[in-house]
Amino acid sequence: MDGTAPEETAASHERNGEPAICLDHVTKTFGERKVLDDVTLDVRAGTAFCLLGRSGTGKSVTLKHIIRLMKPDRGRVLVHGRDVVALEGRELAEVRRSMGFLFQNAALFDSISVGENVAFPLRRHTDWPDARIREVAKAKLADVGLENDYDKMPADLSGGMRKRAGLARAMALDPDILLIDEPSAGLDPITADEIDELLVDRKKKGTTLVVVTHNIPSARHIGDEFGMLHEGRVIARGTPEELERSEHELVRAFMRSEGSG
Amino acid sequence: MTERVGTAILAVLAWVGDVSLFGLRALKEAVRPPYEFGETARHVFEIGWRSVPLIATSGFAIGVVLSMHTRASLERFGAEAMIPAGLAIALIRETGPLVTGLLLSGRVGAGIGAELGAMKVTEQIDALEATAVDSFKFLAVTRILACIIALPLLTTIMDFCGIFGGFVAEATVSGMSWHLYFRRAFSLINFDDFIPATLKTAVFGMIIGTVASYLGFTTTQGTEGVGRTSTRSVVFASILIIMTNVVLVKLIFFFFPERA
Repeated sequence: MDGTAPEETAASHERNGEPAICLDHVTKTFGERKVLDDVTLDVRAGTAFCLLGRSGTGKSVTLKHIIRLMKPDRGRVLVHGRDVVALEGRELAEVRRSMGFLFQNAALFDSISVGENVAFPLRRHTDWPDARIREVAKAKLADVGLENDYDKMPADLSGGMRKRAGLARAMALDPDILLIDEPSAGLDPITADEIDELLVDRKKKGTTLVVVTHNIPSARHIGDEFGMLHEGRVIARGTPEELERSEHELVRAFMRSEGSG
Repeated sequence: MTERVGTAILAVLAWVGDVSLFGLRALKEAVRPPYEFGETARHVFEIGWRSVPLIATSGFAIGVVLSMHTRASLERFGAEAMIPAGLAIALIRETGPLVTGLLLSGRVGAGIGAELGAMKVTEQIDALEATAVDSFKFLAVTRILACIIALPLLTTIMDFCGIFGGFVAEATVSGMSWHLYFRRAFSLINFDDFIPATLKTAVFGMIIGTVASYLGFTTTQGTEGVGRTSTRSVVFASILIIMTNVVLVKLIFFFFPERA
């Protein structure tokens, strides 16, 4: 373990503010492979936590546990103090409504237009009139630079545009928590910077961010705190400066890298 | 060898058990609010209305062929006057419902399996869940209900198109009038023939929707898996329809002994 031990960090954060998300000794195994191995971490409300690590180390799996797309074999996952592992039905839906999720491959619904993808959560969870829903969906698309693409089908978009549309959909209900899986993957540097700015803006407005990324400059810009997963365990946790001084060569190498994606 | 056969039988039984539980869960969820009326209606349109050309064309062709066969058989006994009634009985009691079920398992079963399978492997089902939507209810229950509603309606269309096809064939050969043909066709048919045989296709619809949705929701291994799901949806639904039909016909004879 490096930097600050998770338990100590959790305690100090509890003092600073209520954690919006807390993973408590979470273990997840697929077949023989332990993807998450006793992972404990927490994210304070209104802050941005960047989850780093090499490919296949369980970062996306961690995000899916937070929104309860996966259940851990052991451990608890608390969101705003409620253990989502034990929730079902309306209670689970209520917690999920407070979160937005950007999937690694965007996961847009390919049978409806880009605009209707963004409007979808609004149609399901508000009783707003159609005109207002379309207006809000257009505004969310404008936030990610897709204001002219409302009527396009997802198949007509590039990978980067799909990603941005996915982000617009994740933000549609103005959730308290945004879970973002590789926001800048497939984006040109200028658009990636714009997305980073958008996320920083969301954070300033009080949204809690959990961002999975390999893009260290982007992570430095967005993140208040970093955690690094390796072989299913959190091997380092702390501020960027703390991770740069890590005893783990892998962590230091990661922090030195300037690669994007 | 015996052990392998035993294992295979157990695997089949386990699969049928899983599909049955999936279907029962769908029925339970269908009566629990919130209801997905709009989405169900959309699928009734997609599954039902868009299948009309296939069903109508097939029904007409089957009617023509059945008429030719019936004529060939009854002509020997000088019973040509029975041709319309014989054809109507064959179509309404058995041929119409069964052929509609099998055609729909091909058109609709493959479509549902492929669509849900593709949604599964591209994480669209997860995306639905992440937006706090019950994916089972939104995707599976609505499609299963749509199949249950659409099948009896399509079977009725198949029956009437088949009888009309029979009329065209008969009119071509014997010059029988439209009025006489339909009077004779329905002379031996009443609602006891039509209702049970047509309603049993609701069970076929349940089978098609449940099998295809189950396979779609359990799709793995990318696009190859989607292709496999599509094929399996057709094969398994067709086999189950044919086997279930035996039981349903027996039940109809039990409850309506005068039809036997």
